[in-house]
Amino acid sequence: MKEEQDYLRDITEIRSMMERSSKFLSLSGWSGILAGIYALAGAYIAYSFLGFNPADLEYRQVPGEILNFDLWKIVVLALIILILAVGTAIYFSQQKAHKRGERIWNATTRRLLAHMAVPLIAGGLLILILISKGWLGLMAPLTLLFYGLALYHISRFTYDELKTLGLIEMVLGLAGAYFIEYGLLFWALGFGLAHVLYGIFIHYRYER
Amino acid sequence: MKLLINGFHKAFESRIRLGIMSALAINDKFDFNALKEFLEVTDGNLASHIKALEKEEFVGVEKSFIGKKPNTKYFMTPKGKKAFENHLKALENLIKKSG
Repeated sequence: MKEEQDYLRDITEIRSMMERSSKFLSLSGWSGILAGIYALAGAYIAYSFLGFNPADLEYRQVPGEILNFDLWKIVVLALIILILAVGTAIYFSQQKAHKRGERIWNATTRRLLAHMAVPLIAGGLLILILISKGWLGLMAPLTLLFYGLALYHISRFTYDELKTLGLIEMVLGLAGAYFIEYGLLFWALGFGLAHVLYGIFIHYRYER
Repeated sequence: MKLLINGFHKAFESRIRLGIMSALAINDKFDFNALKEFLEVTDGNLASHIKALEKEEFVGVEKSFIGKKPNTKYFMTPKGKKAFENHLKALENLIKKSG
């Protein structure tokens, strides 16, 4: 026969198991803050040094000469930001999982990534198609829109707050698609400022 | 059914079995390896606990193939769900009484 405190431990165990097996809670606020800083730096470099600020859909590209040097730089810059942000997220998630005594690579993580991959791959392919047609103006707004969809979609497998962040990203993406000339600004707001604020919020709410 | 006097089910005495039921209560289906990861137990240990729950008809099995690899998924039966809910209720009552 169990003691009363054993049953209390049972309850803790049930709660923890339900949480661990359904939600990915190793996401760290620091990942958001740093990803946001990378994005702000990237947007600044793209605007100031690479002169990237498409004012309309077609961005005055000569057909057949779409992949010019500047575009290459933009794509490389975007990839560097992406790799830095993902690398940072993996590093801090690993630290946090370790602190919680969990393994980072489990069924919950796999489910989260699988669900996130679908909208991101669809969006990524659409953006590549648009680049190949020279429609560069929609690049930045569409990354926001599909990223927002992915976040909204996976929020049930992690912190609920990702749903709000997803909606914010989608709104900024749509705004950027309408006001193409401010596309990069909306991108900086979405990937930069929103990530920083969200990271601070998560950090203060769950990590202290 | 083996019931303890205060409504606790004997099958849930083990914390591993309780863990299996908790995971299956919140996820529709779970495969063997995923359960193993979360509970941090050996194959044999997990298999024997699952067998016990299967015997009580609390847990059902679904066998399929992913390519050529066999994949075993477990789910909670309606009977298991009811028993688990009763167990939670009993735990709740215990806290109310002592609190």
